[in-house]
Amino acid sequence: MSKKQNKKLITPEIFRQAIIGSFVKLNPRTMMKNPVMFVVEVGFIITLVLSIFPTLFGDLAASNLRTYNIIVSVILFITVLFANFAESVAEGRGKAQAASLKKTQNDTKARLLKEDGSEEIILSSQLKKGDIVMVSSGEIIPGDGEVIEGIASVDESAITGESAPVVRESGGDFCSVTGGTTVVSDWLKIKITSDPGNSFLDRMIALVEGASRKKTPNEIALSTLLVSLTIIFMIVIVTLYPVGIYSGVQLKTSTLIALTVCLIPTTIGGLLSAIGIAGMDRVTRFNVIAMSGKAVEACGDVDTMILDKTGTITYGNRLAADFFPVGGASRSDLVRCAALTSLHDETPEGKSTLELARRLGDKSTETEGSTFIEFTAQTRMSGVDLPNGLKIRKGAADAIEQYVKELGGQIPADLHEQVDKIAGLGGTPLAVCKNSRILGVIYLKDTVKPGMVERFERLRAIGIKTIMCTGDNPLTAATIAKEAGVDGFIAECKPEDKIDVIKKEQADGKIVAMTGDGTNDAPALAQANVGLAMNSGTTAAKEAANMVDLDSDPTKILEVVEIGKQLLITRGSLTTFSIANDIAKYFAIIPAMFMEAIPQLAVLNIMHLSSPYSAILSALIFNALIIPCLIPLAMKGVKYRPMSSGKMLARNMLIYGVGGIITPFIGIKIIDLIIHPLLTLIGL
Amino acid sequence: MFQIILTIIIYLIMVIPVGIYVYHIAAGKRTFADPVFNRIDGVIYKISGIKPQNGMNWKKYALSLLGTNAVMILLGYIILRIQSIGIFNPNGIEGMEPSLSFNTIISFMTNTNLQHYSGESGLPYLSQMLVITFMMFVSAASGYAACVAFIRGLAGKSKDNVGNFFADLVRITTRVLLPFSIIGGLLLVWQGVPQNLSGNVVVDTIEGAKQVIAMGPVAALEIIKHLGTNGGGFFGANSATPMENPTIISNLIELYSMMLLPGACVITFGKMVRDRKRSRASELVGVDAEEAFASKSKIRRSFTVWMYGREGRSIFAAMGIIFVIGLVVCFWAESQGNPLLADVGLNQSMGSMEGKEVRFGIAQSAMFTTTTTSFTTGTVNNMHDTLTPLGGMIPMLHMMLNVVFGGKGVGLMNMIMYAILAVFICGLMIGRTPEYLGKKIEGREMKLTALCIIIHPLLILAFSALAVGTAAGLEGITNPGFHGLSQVLYEFASSAANNGSGFEGLADNTMFWNITTGLAMFFGRYLSIVIQLAIAGSLMKKKFVSDSIGTLHTDTASFAIILVFVVYIFAALTFFPVLALGPIAEHLTIWA
Repeated sequence: MSKKQNKKLITPEIFRQAIIGSFVKLNPRTMMKNPVMFVVEVGFIITLVLSIFPTLFGDLAASNLRTYNIIVSVILFITVLFANFAESVAEGRGKAQAASLKKTQNDTKARLLKEDGSEEIILSSQLKKGDIVMVSSGEIIPGDGEVIEGIASVDESAITGESAPVVRESGGDFCSVTGGTTVVSDWLKIKITSDPGNSFLDRMIALVEGASRKKTPNEIALSTLLVSLTIIFMIVIVTLYPVGIYSGVQLKTSTLIALTVCLIPTTIGGLLSAIGIAGMDRVTRFNVIAMSGKAVEACGDVDTMILDKTGTITYGNRLAADFFPVGGASRSDLVRCAALTSLHDETPEGKSTLELARRLGDKSTETEGSTFIEFTAQTRMSGVDLPNGLKIRKGAADAIEQYVKELGGQIPADLHEQVDKIAGLGGTPLAVCKNSRILGVIYLKDTVKPGMVERFERLRAIGIKTIMCTGDNPLTAATIAKEAGVDGFIAECKPEDKIDVIKKEQADGKIVAMTGDGTNDAPALAQANVGLAMNSGTTAAKEAANMVDLDSDPTKILEVVEIGKQLLITRGSLTTFSIANDIAKYFAIIPAMFMEAIPQLAVLNIMHLSSPYSAILSALIFNALIIPCLIPLAMKGVKYRPMSSGKMLARNMLIYGVGGIITPFIGIKIIDLIIHPLLTLIGL
Repeated sequence: MFQIILTIIIYLIMVIPVGIYVYHIAAGKRTFADPVFNRIDGVIYKISGIKPQNGMNWKKYALSLLGTNAVMILLGYIILRIQSIGIFNPNGIEGMEPSLSFNTIISFMTNTNLQHYSGESGLPYLSQMLVITFMMFVSAASGYAACVAFIRGLAGKSKDNVGNFFADLVRITTRVLLPFSIIGGLLLVWQGVPQNLSGNVVVDTIEGAKQVIAMGPVAALEIIKHLGTNGGGFFGANSATPMENPTIISNLIELYSMMLLPGACVITFGKMVRDRKRSRASELVGVDAEEAFASKSKIRRSFTVWMYGREGRSIFAAMGIIFVIGLVVCFWAESQGNPLLADVGLNQSMGSMEGKEVRFGIAQSAMFTTTTTSFTTGTVNNMHDTLTPLGGMIPMLHMMLNVVFGGKGVGLMNMIMYAILAVFICGLMIGRTPEYLGKKIEGREMKLTALCIIIHPLLILAFSALAVGTAAGLEGITNPGFHGLSQVLYEFASSAANNGSGFEGLADNTMFWNITTGLAMFFGRYLSIVIQLAIAGSLMKKKFVSDSIGTLHTDTASFAIILVFVVYIFAALTFFPVLALGPIAEHLTIWA
C-alpha cells in the first residue's frame, strides 16, 4: 500500500480489470441486484430485438426505424457498461490493495510447537485456533495470535504501512500479533487465535475486495427510493402509450424505452454500489479497517465521542510550562539553575525545562568538570554538582524539601502555596534548590497535542460532543479539558465508567464513538456504536470493536467520522443530482415525442434541439455519459468541510440540486449540436 | 388581486385559534367548552359502549376505521337502493341503480363526494340527510381521526398507543364538526340558503315563464360539505347556484369553512410534535454535563413558532407556497380571457367569464377553484370545465399533488410522506442517515412511503389510460381532443385525491365511469390511510435520536422550500407528460 499508488484513481491494471468486469457483470443474475440498471438492460434487450425486427411490437414501419432502434440499443448497452465499469473500478481499487496483502499471506511456513516440545513445519493455512508456533527473527508470523512467551520487535508495515518496528511481548496490552507481519529481532512464542480463512488478514482482504459486502441499512432504504421512482416512471411511460394514441400519436417502442431510461435514476443507480465500495476503500486507505459498511455509515451519525486523555488528547508527558520563584529568589536564578540541572537530562521533563529556559533567554552552558546526577525512583530528583561545589537539584517537591531539611536549610514560606497552586492548575510541581536554598518550582504541565483544539472546534461545528476520559483527579482533568476544548470529561475514570457514560448517551438517543486499546476497553468498545480499536491493542479489544486502526493513532476516529459523513453526502448529492436531471430530460423528450402530431408543443422545446430524433438521442447520450463523468466524484467523495447542517444543506443543494437542474440543459444542447449533423447523414 | 390577498390574510389569522382549539381536542387537553361536551360525549360513550381511555395500536385503529366505514357503506348502499319509499320524499324520486349507488356510497364514505347523479332529481330528502349529510360528518371525522392518530404516532409519546378511534370519531364530531356546522349553517341561512323539508316550488317569472325553485335541507348540507372538505352539492350545479351560495358573504363563509380545518390540522401537528420536544427537554434538565451543549441548540422563541408549532410552520409554509403559486397561475390564466372568444368579438377584458357567476367574478372564482381542489373539498362555485386550459390545469395539478393542505387531515399525512422523502435526501446531503421528528427513517419506512407515493399516480394514470384506451371510457368524453383528455384526467385525479369536483363535461353516469372512479376513490382513500398509519406505527416504536446543530432541521424556511421542490419534482414530474398532452397542448393551441 504505497502512498503513491493511493493517489492515482485508476491504474492501467485496474482499468483493464474494470473493462473485463463491466462485461462480466452484464449477466442478468448479477444485474438483478441493481434493479435500476436491470431495467436499462431489459430495455436494451427489447431495443436489440427491435433492431432486428423493427415492427415486432406494432410500431409504424418507417425506413429509418431500424437505424434508430440500433442507435438506441447501442446507447443503452453503453449505459449499462458504464455503470458496471464504475462498480468494477471501485472493486478493482480494493482488489489492488487486497492483492498486496495476499502476497504476505501466501506460502508462509509455520513452525508448529507440539506438546512434546518438538517442532513441525506446516503451511500457515493449516494452523488451527489454539496452536502454538515459534517465530524467530526474519520470519513471518503465520497467523493472528497472542504472544505467550518472549519479546521481539515486529515489522508491521505489510499491514500498517508504517516502517518503524513495534515491540510485542507477552502479557499486557502489547501481546497481540497479526498474521503477515515479520519479526525483525529476537523470537516470539505465539498462540494462534483464529482459524484459517478467518484471520484478521483474511477478513481485511475480504472487506477491501468488497467480497463480503452487504448492503447497509441506508443503502437499502435508498435503493427502495430508487426502485419506487423507477416504478413510478414505468407507470408514467406505460400509460403514456394509450394516452398518446388518444392524442393522435403512436409512440415508438424505442422512444418509450429511451424516455424510461432517461427518467429513472440511472446516474445514482449506476454509481450507488461504487460509492459504497469507494467509501470503505477511503477508510482502508486511512489504514483503518472497518468490519462492515454499516460501521462507516454509523460514523456519519456520531453525536458523542469518548476519547482517552492520554495518548489521544495529550502527549501524556509532563512538560515544563513556567517557573515560579519562592522565598525571594530571583526568577533568572531559578531559570538558570533549572537549566543547569537539565543539560544532560534526557527525560521529557528535563528536555522541556531546558527548552523553556532557552526560550526565556537563558544561555547557561555546561561547566567543565560538572557531575550530573540522574533521576532515580529512590531519590526522586536529579541534578548537577558544579566544580565550585554548588549542588543544584530538581525533583518532586517533597523530596527536595526533605533534601534541604537534611542540609539544614529553611523551607520558604510560600513554597507550599506555589506547589498547591500548580497542583490546582492540574500540573505537577518540580522544586529546584541550590544547596540548602529552595529557589522555586517548575510548573510541569500535561500538554495537549497540537491541532487538537482546532479538531474539537471542527467537531463542535458539526454538532459532535466530545467527552474526555482520564484517570487524573477532577482538578487536573478540568484544566486539560478546558485547554483542549472538549465538551465534557470524566475524571478518575474506571473502565465501567466508560460503559456507563456510553449507555447514558445512548439512552438520550445519541450515537457514540470511542477508541480503545486495552482488554478492559473491550466491553465499552462493544457497547459504543462506533468502536475504533488500536491495532497495537489486545485481541479482545479488536474483536469487540467494529473498526481497527492499523496505525494505532487514536485521533484517527475524527477522520473516520468525516469519511463516514462524506460517504453519506456523496450518496445524497448524486441522488439529488440524478433526480434533478429529469427536468431537463423532460423538456428534451416530451416535445420531441409529440411535436409532429401537435406542432404547438414546440414551445416546450426550450433548448431548441434540432430534431425529435436528435433530442431523444441527445438526452439518452447525456444520461449515459454522465455516469463515467461522475465516477471520480463517486470514488473520491464529495468535498467535505465541517459546518452547520443548515449551511451544508444549502451549499450541497445549490451545487447538486440546482446544478443538477442546469447541467443537463447545457449538456444535452451540446450533444445535440454534435450529433445532429451525424444523424442527418444516416437519415434520421 | 387585492381581495384575494385580503382573503388569505384573514384566513391566516382565523386559522390560528381554530388550530389551537383542534389541538386541544386532539391532544385531549382542556378547553372552555369541556363542561358541555364532556357530558354529551359521556352519554354517547355509554350508549355505544366506547371506552375512550382504552388505547389502540395502529393496526387496531386502522381496522376500527375500516370496519366502521364498511358498515356505513353497507347501510348507505341499502338506503340509496330503497330510497323510493315514501319518507321525506316529496318529489317522488326513484331508487338508485346499482353501479351509481356503488359509486355514490363509496364517494361519500371516502370524503370524495364525486357526484354522478344530480341532487335535485336523484336523491330524496331522506337520502340527502341520512346518507349524504350523515356521511359528510363521519367521513370527515374518520379522516381527521386517522390524521390525529398519525400525528400521535409521529409525536411518539408512547410506543404503540395511537389513541382510541371511536373516541376520536366522537370527539371530532361533537366538538369540532357539529358546533362549527351549527354556527356556519346559521350564517348561511342568514344569507338566504334554504333549510326546510318542503317540496320544490314552482313560480311564475317576470318573463312569464314557469320556473322550479328547488327546496330542501340545503344549509345543513352546505356547511358540512365545506367544513368536512366533502364537496358534492345539494344541487347538481353545486355552490354556483344561488340556492347554495347566494352572496359574496356566503361565498366567503364557504371558502373559510373549507380552509380552516385542514390548516388547523397542520397547526395541531406542529403543536403536538412540539409537546414531545418540550417534555423531552424537561427530562434533560436533570442530566449533568449537558447544559453547555444543550444551550447552543436551545429552542429559539418566535411568534410564528408559537402560532403554528415549530415543525408545523415549515409544513404550513410549504403548503402555502404551492397554494399561492397555483392561485396566481389560475387567477392570471382566467384574467387573460379566451382568445378564441375575443376573435368572434366577445369582450374579454373581464377575463374568461364563461361558466362563472357574475357575482363572484374572476378573483373569487379562481380563489374558490384553487381552494376547493387544494383542500380537496370538491365543491365548485364555477364550472371547472370552462376554465381556461391553464386555469383548469391548476385544480387538476393540486389534486394530483394532493398535499396542498388537502382534505381533512389527509393532506397533512400525504405531505408528511413527501417530508420523509425530503429528509431522506437532505439528511444524506448533510452526512447523516436520515431522521425526521427525531426518528430514523430506514428501509421499512421508506418502503411504505414509496408505496404510498406510488398509489396516487398509479390510480390516476392507469385508470386514465384505461379510459382513453377503451370504447366504454371514450363514450363518456364529450369534448374530443386535448380537452377530452383533461376531462378524463380531472375525473380520476378528483377521485383518487378524494376531491369530488368534476370537469362536469364528462358523461360519467355509466357503468364504466361509476365502477372505475369508485375503485379509484376506494383505494385512494383506504390504502393510503392504512399505509400512513403503518408508518406512524413503525416510527413510534423507534428510539428518539438526539438533536444538535449537526442534525437536519426540518423547522426552517430552507426545508420548506426544499419540500416544495420535492413535491414538484416527485409529483408534478410524474404528471408532466399527460399534462403536456392535455391542458398545456390545449393552451398552446388556443393561444397559437
